[in-house]
Amino acid sequence: MSKDNQVLEELTSKEYEHGWTTNIETESAPKGLNEDIIRFISAKKNEPEWLLEWRLSAYRQWTKMKEPKWPNVTYPPINYQDVIYYSAPKQSAKAKSLEDVDPELIKTFEKLGISLTEQKRLTGVAVDAVIDSVSVATTFKETLGELGIIFCSFSEAVQKHPDLIKKYMGSVVPVNDNYFAALNSAVFTDGSFCYIPKGVRCPMELSTYFRINAANTGQFERTLIVADEGSYVSYLEGCTAPQRDENQLHAAVVEIYAMKDAQVKYSTVQNWYPGDKEGKGGIYNFVTKRGLCAGDGSKISWTQVETGSAITWKYPSCVLKGDNSVGEFYSVAVTNNYQQADTGTKMIHIGRNTKSRIVSKGISAGHSQNSYRGQVHIMKRAEGARNFSQCDSLLMGDKCGAHTFPYIDVENKSAKIEHEATTSKIGEDQIFYCLQRGIDEESAVALIVNGYAKEVLNQLPMEFAVEAQKLLALTLEGSVG
Amino acid sequence: MLSIKNLQAKIDDKQILNGINLEIKAGEVHAIMGPNGSGKSTLASVLAGREEYEVLGGEVEFLGKDLLALEPDERAREGVFLAFQYPVEIPGVSTINFMKTALNQIRTHRGQQPLDAVSFLGLMKEKMKLVEIDQSLLNRALNEGFSGGEKKRNEIFQMAMLEPKLAILDETDSGLDIDALKIVANGVNKLRSKNNAVIVVTHYQRLLEYIVPDFVHVLYKGKIVKSGTKELALELEAKGYDWIKDEVSVA
Ligand SMILES: Nc1ncnc2c1ncn2[C@@H]1O[C@H](COP(=O)(O)OP(=O)(O)OP(=O)(O)O)[C@@H](O)[C@H]1O
Ligand SMILES: [Mg+2]
Repeated sequence: MSKDNQVLEELTSKEYEHGWTTNIETESAPKGLNEDIIRFISAKKNEPEWLLEWRLSAYRQWTKMKEPKWPNVTYPPINYQDVIYYSAPKQSAKAKSLEDVDPELIKTFEKLGISLTEQKRLTGVAVDAVIDSVSVATTFKETLGELGIIFCSFSEAVQKHPDLIKKYMGSVVPVNDNYFAALNSAVFTDGSFCYIPKGVRCPMELSTYFRINAANTGQFERTLIVADEGSYVSYLEGCTAPQRDENQLHAAVVEIYAMKDAQVKYSTVQNWYPGDKEGKGGIYNFVTKRGLCAGDGSKISWTQVETGSAITWKYPSCVLKGDNSVGEFYSVAVTNNYQQADTGTKMIHIGRNTKSRIVSKGISAGHSQNSYRGQVHIMKRAEGARNFSQCDSLLMGDKCGAHTFPYIDVENKSAKIEHEATTSKIGEDQIFYCLQRGIDEESAVALIVNGYAKEVLNQLPMEFAVEAQKLLALTLEGSVG
Repeated sequence: MLSIKNLQAKIDDKQILNGINLEIKAGEVHAIMGPNGSGKSTLASVLAGREEYEVLGGEVEFLGKDLLALEPDERAREGVFLAFQYPVEIPGVSTINFMKTALNQIRTHRGQQPLDAVSFLGLMKEKMKLVEIDQSLLNRALNEGFSGGEKKRNEIFQMAMLEPKLAILDETDSGLDIDALKIVANGVNKLRSKNNAVIVVTHYQRLLEYIVPDFVHVLYKGKIVKSGTKELALELEAKGYDWIKDEVSVA
């Protein structure tokens, strides 16, 4: 075994950092999925009749749909009747203030580096913390409220802002959009809701932190962001899960609705449990994320750093309906051991002079498979549309795979589309150059990988960028073959 | 400082070094010349610890330590620096960031505190002046899109930053224009001291007019076949290598 391979072995055997569980009492629905379970969830959440009907209709459509088979991933069939669809930490109703939140929960998030106590928070970030199926706390609500910004759990929004929910939920990702979106629509339990009023620039980063704790539980959260005319918000999403031998299902839906001249920046650092070195366990991450640039001159920008999950199936997309609207997708997807990722984006150009930019950086190590799948669709009306795509793959070792599936449909001749793709290996020369300057091998790989992903990492808000850099290094250090 | 005894090494089943002997004391500058393919870069790589080369025999002692037993990064931290003949590009990593990582690891190894951003910048400015390199170059991704000469100058800048005990310059002069050559030579000279040593690999006597060597060695077919003082370089410049090759084949 060469020295590099030894280092690889050592480093990839590093444990997943967030694999612990919290001992909190939970209240769960029985396993399985049927209309009664949906009624149970809806009742638990004290939902209005129309929402129950919405869920039931989604469920009925879902039962007629088929799980997609086109992604470049393989996994044993999922038994949807073997999943628990509702699990909530037992606490008397939803906590009104932080004092009412179970200290165990606060500790859980503190262990993850997320303080729910506002004084201790980094100023400039408001957090909605979601554990298993429910939101446990949202910080800085009052401060934001003064500006008319609504930032709360989805359940709370259903109670307090039903008209907004009714109007926008499903307006970007229709119930029957795809198999997992339909499933989510039927059983979603919580998530975050955010509304930025006309002309308001949200003064702090809004962030949702998702944590799966309970066993055998699926997590189905929904996030809805509505940015009114001329507003701006930067939104962050982070996630972790305990280490468990069985696979856990995560099927989320994120919808962003941007009106005229509104700008939304959505950043994710996804660190769900990826399974062990042999590929046992880990989260199945089937997520539908889509933004609608409904108004002229609006802009939606997705940035994602995907390091976790056993399987990632995720295509944050932009529908560029308004004239002069802009969609962006910046992604770093890292896979190691037996992880599989099929991720990318869709840019649908409908309006005139719409622009999109795609920068995807895949990094594969170990026995993993990493696919970029992207679609650029220029519709007939989209006079003067432009797209630029850059898809790079970096391979570490020779047992992994990198794949690129770009789809381009152009219905308007004035469109300008540029597509660049590269595949490279971390060079022994590059590593040696670093070593020769006194840099150890771990730091060398971290340096090179972070350099490779720099264009994407630069898009992240500061604190997130640091965390993301560390995560990348941790996932990959020394994975040189 | 450096003592090489009967060093033999191969790559991919081809033996390149066939018993090198070389003694270098602190304060000295040694020039190594020799025809293309004679093994000069190989010697430099073996000293730096490049994994592709397998040492078949011999010993190398560096400051009392068995150099060959050390990992490449340990050698670097002990003070061995190689200015590469072909420096590689590292996209997205600025020279500044790269040097900060390197310097702080070396400092930690020496039991010193890592430099904070301000002191680092101060040191950098000082060394930038020494090799007359522009900061805009150092902000860019390491060697990416650098001209041949810029890459070489960047190597010397890194050497100045890391202050090695033993610097090996592998054809640092090739690709440099005359002004740059003087600047680089000047930089090297300023870093010369009683405590460090330099090995200069070059094809041209011209560099040796600026960096005046104490000894000149000729490497041929993986062996040092002739050693002398700086006059030997002049002789080689005038006569080429044929007479040395003849001497070797006669012997
Ligand atoms: N992988 C390899 N397999 C076989 N031979 C090799 C390999 N790598 C290098 N060599 C040979 O080793 C010999 C010495 O190469 P080296 O780079 O050390 O020469 P050099 O003296 O530095 O030459 P130059 O003056 O051109 O830089 C050359 O003949 C080269 O072709
Ligand atoms: Mg050479």
